[in-house]
Amino acid sequence: MITLEVDFGPLLPEHLSELIAGVVLFLLIFWVVAKKVVPVFEQTYAERTAEITGGIEKAESAQAEAAAALAEYQAQLATAREEAGRIREEARAQAVTLAAEIREQAQADSARLLATARAQIEAERAQVISQLRTEVGGLATQLAGRIVGESLEDDERARRSVERFIADLEAEPVPEKA
Amino acid sequence: MPGVTGLLIPLEWAVCLGEPASGSETAGSATGFPPGVENFCSRPIFPALGAEWSWLNNHLIQAIIGAAVVIAFWLWVAHAQKVVPSRRQFLGESLYNLLRNTVARDIVGHDYQRFVPYLVALFSFILVNNLFGEFFLFMFPTFSKIGYAWGLAILSWLLYNGVGIAKWGVLGYLKRSTIPAGVPKLLWFLIIPLEALSNFIVRPITLGLRLFANLFAGHLVVLVFVVGGTLLLESGQLGLIAAGGVSLVFSFAIFGLEIFVGVLQAYIFTVLTAQYVSSAIAEEH
Repeated sequence: MITLEVDFGPLLPEHLSELIAGVVLFLLIFWVVAKKVVPVFEQTYAERTAEITGGIEKAESAQAEAAAALAEYQAQLATAREEAGRIREEARAQAVTLAAEIREQAQADSARLLATARAQIEAERAQVISQLRTEVGGLATQLAGRIVGESLEDDERARRSVERFIADLEAEPVPEKA
Repeated sequence: MPGVTGLLIPLEWAVCLGEPASGSETAGSATGFPPGVENFCSRPIFPALGAEWSWLNNHLIQAIIGAAVVIAFWLWVAHAQKVVPSRRQFLGESLYNLLRNTVARDIVGHDYQRFVPYLVALFSFILVNNLFGEFFLFMFPTFSKIGYAWGLAILSWLLYNGVGIAKWGVLGYLKRSTIPAGVPKLLWFLIIPLEALSNFIVRPITLGLRLFANLFAGHLVVLVFVVGGTLLLESGQLGLIAAGGVSLVFSFAIFGLEIFVGVLQAYIFTVLTAQYVSSAIAEEH
């Protein structure tokens, strides 16, 4: 310690070691804090900030995604509605067409049935006529034979005259079709 | 020294400051009352080794233990940190945030990050050693030995002048720190010595003295109440015993005050250091 004229009392260190120890110990603490403590805290803060920022970003992107999905669903919904309307229209049109077709077919069927029936009737009539002709021929011959009283057993002649008669009949114009 | 206080406060003072101690061999100093400068003398750990080893004393050991406590505390709160803090980490973060945000960021401002380790170390070292004054084992604030306070004051002086010179260069820094902006040239002859005195001499001295004096005085007051109270208790007279009891009870209030002072002084030392650094690197004065 430097001896001064003024007595500094407790204002001068009792030992120089105090000053040195104070400096050395402080520098030691400083070194540890600077190397081992502050970087750890700062890293933790950085991580926390990153996590929070990341979380916010994630939330934002999720929100955007949700909005996009909603828009997409709405678009899809609109499309679906449109399609449903279209399908309904189509179905209605189809039903109308179908009904017309069915009606047409029914008409065609009925016409065909009618034609068939008519043809059948015609055929039957023809058959009846030919049968009648035969029978009427026979009956007329028989009747004529009875009336004449003589046998017209000469079949050859009789048949020829009958046929001639019928041919005459047929030659006559028929007033109306059966 | 018999009695209760012998358990709490080491009262076997080594004789330091040679002359005053031997010169004041009065009845008062024999009983340790009234307490004085000699109560702050360090005791050599190995008195047998003589005066050359007197630097290895109880207060040095105390300072070393203080530093070890500080280092251990910070390593303890810093290990295995997680993004979601545990209770231990939260404790460390609260203290760290106080120093980082309230002291470093708010005072130093821009570029505060590189001063955080210094300020954290400074505050915690001073705080622990101040609290040694109020808690068992030591009952002595290390910084009431002025050498420790001078050491930290010198370091802070080196720090703020160093960063100032590093930023502005020697001449630039001298100019900035001695001539406040807007002072007319006519006043320079007056301002420059004043500012130089204030910035380069008064600052470190007040920094060290403030810390030392607060703790020195605080410890002295504690000694007055505790030692005085004990002496009164042992006096054997009823009235004096009552007064001694009151004195001892009151000493607890003084202890409370001293804890507050210890925390406050640690904070002030740190804040002022940050303030000086801030003014040294500030763009405008």
